[in-house]
Amino acid sequence: MNAVNPLPSSERLFISGNEAVARGAWGAGCKVMAAYPGTPSTEILEYASRLPEMYSEWSVNEKVSLEVAIGASLAGSRALCAMKHVGLNVASDALMTQTLIGVSGGLVIAVADDVGLSSSQNEQDSRFWGRFAHVPVLEPADAQEAYDMTRFAFDLSEQFDTPVILRMTTRICHVKGVVTTRERRPFNSGVGFEKDPSRLVMTPTNARPRIPLMFEREKALQRFSESCELNSIREGSDKRVGFVTSGPVFMHLLEAFPDAPVLKLGLSYPPPMETIRAFSQQVEALVIAEEVEPILETEVKAAGMLQAHGKDILPRIGELAPHVLRPAIAALLGEPVEAEAVPKPSLKDVPEVPVPPPAPGSSLFPRPPTMCVACPHLGIYYCLSKIRNKAISGDIGCYTLGAGHPWNALDTTICMGASMGVALGLDKGRTEVDKEQKVIAVIGDSTFMHMGLQGLLDITYNRGNVTILLLDNRAVGMTGGQDNPGSGRNIHGEESLRINFRTMCEALGVKPERIHEVNPYELPTLFKALREEVKINDTSVIITNQPCVLVDFYAAKPPLTVDDDKCTGCKNCLDIGCPAIYVTRRETVVKPNGKEKELAFVRIESGACTGCDLCPKTCGPEAIIPVANFIRQ
Amino acid sequence: MSDNSVTNILVAGIGGQGVMTAAEVLSQTALNQGYDVKKTEVAGMAQRGGVVTSHVRFGERVLSPAIPPGEVDILVGFEPAEALRWCSHLRADGVAMVSTTRQEPPVVSFGLYDYPEDPVGQMRKAGIDLHAFDAGAIAAALGNLKLVNTVMLGAISEYLPFSADTLKNVILDRFRQYKPKLVEINEQAFEAGRKAQAAG
Ligand SMILES: Cc1ncc(C[n+]2csc(CCOP(=O)(O)OP(=O)(O)O)c2C)c(N)n1
Ligand code: SF4
Ligand code: SF4
Ligand code: SF4
Repeated sequence: MNAVNPLPSSERLFISGNEAVARGAWGAGCKVMAAYPGTPSTEILEYASRLPEMYSEWSVNEKVSLEVAIGASLAGSRALCAMKHVGLNVASDALMTQTLIGVSGGLVIAVADDVGLSSSQNEQDSRFWGRFAHVPVLEPADAQEAYDMTRFAFDLSEQFDTPVILRMTTRICHVKGVVTTRERRPFNSGVGFEKDPSRLVMTPTNARPRIPLMFEREKALQRFSESCELNSIREGSDKRVGFVTSGPVFMHLLEAFPDAPVLKLGLSYPPPMETIRAFSQQVEALVIAEEVEPILETEVKAAGMLQAHGKDILPRIGELAPHVLRPAIAALLGEPVEAEAVPKPSLKDVPEVPVPPPAPGSSLFPRPPTMCVACPHLGIYYCLSKIRNKAISGDIGCYTLGAGHPWNALDTTICMGASMGVALGLDKGRTEVDKEQKVIAVIGDSTFMHMGLQGLLDITYNRGNVTILLLDNRAVGMTGGQDNPGSGRNIHGEESLRINFRTMCEALGVKPERIHEVNPYELPTLFKALREEVKINDTSVIITNQPCVLVDFYAAKPPLTVDDDKCTGCKNCLDIGCPAIYVTRRETVVKPNGKEKELAFVRIESGACTGCDLCPKTCGPEAIIPVANFIRQ
Repeated sequence: MSDNSVTNILVAGIGGQGVMTAAEVLSQTALNQGYDVKKTEVAGMAQRGGVVTSHVRFGERVLSPAIPPGEVDILVGFEPAEALRWCSHLRADGVAMVSTTRQEPPVVSFGLYDYPEDPVGQMRKAGIDLHAFDAGAIAAALGNLKLVNTVMLGAISEYLPFSADTLKNVILDRFRQYKPKLVEINEQAFEAGRKAQAAG
């Protein structure tokens, strides 16, 4: 990607919160930025990689990204790592001790919570980490604040000798707003890397005296929080309810209650408890509006403000959007709950009784994400769905969709890398009823490098009977096709290491004859390898070798179509699950043996089909044929 | 309750239809007019056929980026069932601009769910001020399915607090910059959308 260079010192930009973090860090003289992709944080590093003079990388996981940032900080430079909420679980081991060490150059951890679970396996609240690690937490309310607070975070980090958490949510990350940038600050120069084992080598003896220092720092931050400009009151004339809030909820509150007093915490940890107490005395009812856990609420109550409301009236999951806040506050005030705010009747009532305005079609079909047309994972799941008596431990990536229709061939998904250990546990923990059960694990290349390697080593070391499908599609498909050590390119698209998965698996103890590399579009080969390996009592790995269709070097072939005269309606091709194949009509026929059989005749959307040649392999009558005289637009 | 000085546009469709680009163009135009603008990008899993919506809000000052249900001024539906899915978010005097080009998801094709028989009719019966036309066919007639986006923008261009030509120029400028060969055809698509809306 091209660097946007040179950049003017101050401009008005229309950018997302993620881009604002990247720009903010760049403007603050940040020298190193590292991340592992994850929704909704991914774009932070994508944007950062286009900014000049700053080192940026895709790390193999979040722990490594934090460690890289730590190293850069100790080297004296400002550094930032970015991740989604669950990524901080992975990185937390480093965080929990780095907090004792502190920083040299400013160290910022940008963590994005997926409030509402648009694309995650849980909805955890990253603000807890501030408490757990005794580090400050900043919470921007829009893109401009994301820009300003990122810059502020570096100053705060250096001033208080602490890592700083910049906590974002989807509503910040993925919302574009107008952002005015400031002049860029130069890189840190100063003293460079300073050797100091008593501080940098955390043996028990060295760590013990640093604990009180950490608590002192936290106290100092507490005092700072009381006077910090980021914690301020938006005055309001309607003092029946006063809100204490942080993050995007601030904007929702301004929208929903234009006249209510609001104490907004930009530096939300440590909270300015005395400011909150003084505020509480100015209002009739105090409501703590936070996404998503009652963290501040609990602390406010522990500080003696037992009258505070919070999750007793507000939902504990999802966004506190205006239409969620309004009825809750109306109920608190004993007001009639506004009609427009209550859920509306379902659209299925509409044809008979027109109710203006109608409600969204709760009766409408869902449109869940599907695997892409011609995705290299399709053939894998087609084969897996045909294996009997199996338990399939899955992982996180596009292939998690294999749990759904039409394959139903994935039994567990927990967190990245879990497929390995879970498979071993399924094997070792099996009871008599599952004696013959075949244990299979499915993991993507990026997930394998993120957290799967150690799990595989555990399987080989402990002689697990597991067949592993390692889906190497040369990209981090789920998050948009980023590069990784399996793709052979770095974050800038420049040529780099391309790891050899076969060698890697061998090094991790898998016997060479138990490793197969297969083209996942070659169904017979794939199926044969799978059927044989599940029968062998050993650790086997089947590595697929075809790229995700999103990568720029994916080569589409001429599309196929269905010859109506030949299609018998057998439905076999539908088991592939390619979204380019559509049912045109269904028919029920009675077979000679008197049994009814449902037929489905199909067509292929030729504009979408990339001619991957998978579905023809399921079609007995050879009804799937090339489109005549095809010219691609 | 809603602040009337803020214009709320909900663009809804599915991955790959250009929902995000349409929202971006609208935002850019509003910005050029000096408005404060906020735009959400809920891409879901855009490449994989999921629902894609974008909230575009502009006015003197925009606070929450999310358009509260019942406060949408203009619903731009790139697909009739998707318009139906979101139409309850319209305000009573809001307007829906709907392309009638149907896109069935696999779950419908597989027979797990039904596609509504007449989504446009359902919305009309519910009293929604609605303009429906086949943007897919218009784009196909012009020879490029990607033009759907520009057709839809042309269709809503008379309902905005700035002139249709202002919006058109922002679109054409984008093409002038990146793909000058497509300027003319996009102008035609825009005008075709404008006409279709008046007829639909
Ligand atoms: C700890 C953690 N970090 C990041 C993510 C976000 N995430 C989900 S799947 C995935 C990568 C999937 O890539 P890969 O395993 O190669 O499978 P593909 O999607 O390409 O099939 C990522 C980064 C996550 N769920 N958890
Ligand atoms: S993004 Fe790639 S890996 Fe994911 S479904 Fe599409 S083709 Fe498959
Ligand atoms: S050949 Fe078959 S499976 Fe492959 S993309 Fe075309 S329709 Fe889908
Ligand atoms: S597999 Fe062949 S014959 Fe069977 S439904 Fe598909 S196209 Fe028709």
